[in-house]
Formats: sequence, structure tokens, C-alpha cells
Amino acid sequence: MKKLLIWLPLALFALVFALVVNGLIEPSDRIVRSAMVGKPLPTLQLPAIVQGKPGIDTAAWPKGTPRLLNVFASWCIPCVAEAPQLLKLKQAGVQIDAIAVRDSPAEVQAFLARNGDPYARIGDDAAMRAQLSLGSSGVPETFVIDSRGVIVDQHIGDVRAEDVPKLLAALEKAK
Amino acid sequence: MKRWLLPVALLLAGAAQADSTLPVSPLAYTQLPDPDQEAQAKALMETLRCLVCQGQSIADSDADMAGEMRALVRQRIAAGERPAQVRTWLMERYGDYVTYDPPLSWITAPLWIAPLALLALGLLIARRLFKGKAA
Repeated sequence: MKKLLIWLPLALFALVFALVVNGLIEPSDRIVRSAMVGKPLPTLQLPAIVQGKPGIDTAAWPKGTPRLLNVFASWCIPCVAEAPQLLKLKQAGVQIDAIAVRDSPAEVQAFLARNGDPYARIGDDAAMRAQLSLGSSGVPETFVIDSRGVIVDQHIGDVRAEDVPKLLAALEKAK
Repeated sequence: MKRWLLPVALLLAGAAQADSTLPVSPLAYTQLPDPDQEAQAKALMETLRCLVCQGQSIADSDADMAGEMRALVRQRIAAGERPAQVRTWLMERYGDYVTYDPPLSWITAPLWIAPLALLALGLLIARRLFKGKAA
């Protein structure tokens, strides 16, 4: 028994060491995922933020086609990075609606003029209420809504080139 | 291109601003007129996690999102909702993670059971030790 006990401190040290090394190699995931995935899209009614583009009224959305709901902001830098990928998705025939979080008409207009405009509709979410009701905790985030109006997927962070096929596949599955 | 230009340009460059210029909702920083309701709202805010600053409650955080969550809590309490309803509404959206007072489940059960089990173990060991001495 005593002979075995001698090894205890070393074993404890090895355990702590392993924990620390693991934390360094694989830092813990700080992403907060929405618990709304798998649930119906909450009813959202947001006024338009830019002229000539309707706002968001999910009650009036025609069912039957899947779509993307992009949560973005003109003040968000990764949103600039994902703009070209969203344009690619639009060219592939995807309907992308958007929620502009804590934003102003002039700044959204300037953002769209500079980075391109992939959106069919943009709703004004000045007080983050729509974002909170979606369970979204940052910008940009992209929700995949299936043809029955159920949230089937959530992409957190900017959409990169390698994510485009994944989103297209998710949309195909959501038909 | 001149070699010295890059470091100088880097020195002159400012940080990219990644924050909204919009002010947060007034209720983020304004108490409710009814002290009872404000006390309920405050108590609830202290148990809700700020999602963008994770180590803090929304009552402690100055982040925009925490401010809007405080405004949401106050609005709903002022509209007559119970704090438990507001908490449930947020948990439906962000999971148990959003609250510092998570409900009892298989994952949280050890938190409640472990202290009791350790206490029982301690009592058992103590009894054995004292018995040995007495004998």
C-alpha cells in the first residue's frame, strides 16, 4: 500500500499536466449555440431599414421554399468578409433574408453599396429583440429555414468559401 | 515601395471599430418606476449569463447585448410577466447555459448528490476511526 502511495503525487501531477496541455492544444469552445434549431422560426415583424427593400414579416412569408436568414450588421467586420460568399449563394438561387442588428439606414446602405447586396429583405432590429428571440448571440450568424418554416441549422461566424457547399446541401435537405 | 513605409503605416493605423454607434435601449440603464418590479428584475438579471462576456451576469456587464437583455427583462417584468417566465423564455432560446441557476437534470445532478455522498463517506470513515480507537 505505502509503495503505491509514493506514486500518488506523480500521478496527480501527470493528471494536472494532461489537463493543462489539453486546454492549450484544444481550447474550450466558447460558442453559444441557439436552442432554437429544430423549432419553428418565431414570428418576426421588423420594419424595413433601407429604401426599396421590404422589412421582415415572417407571418407573410410563403412556405414551400427553404431560405437563409442572415443576422448581420454594418459595424461587423466578419460580415464584410462573408459578403462575397453570400453573393455566391444568391447567384446559386438562394433566397437570403437579413436582420440588421443595431444599425442605421445610412450605414446599411453604405455597407450594401460597398460589399454587394445579396438580400431579398432586410429587417431593422435596433434593440436586438429579433436576435434574442432567435437565440443568436452575435453577428454574423446564418440560420437555415426549411420549407415548413422550421429552423434546421445555424451557422455561427462568417460564411467562408468552404461553407457555401455545406449551406447549399443543408438547403437542399430542407426542401 | 520604401521599406520604412510599412511600419509607419502600421503605427498610424487605428483599430477597426466593430461596435454599433446606436445607443442601447433606455431600459438597459433605467430602473423601473415600481420598486417591487425593479427588485424582481434585478434579482433575475443577476442570474442570467451575459452571452458575449460569459464570466459575467447581465447585471454586471456593460456589453451592448447585456444592456439589451436587461431592457428585455425589465420590459417583460413591467408588462406583468413573472421572472420565471422570462427565464424560461431565454432558456428556450439559449439553453440552460444562459442561467447561472440551472435546473436539476442528469448533468447537474452530481452537483447536488456529490456533497451528500462525500459527507456520508466522511461520516463512515470517522465512525470506523473512532471505533478502532475505542477498542
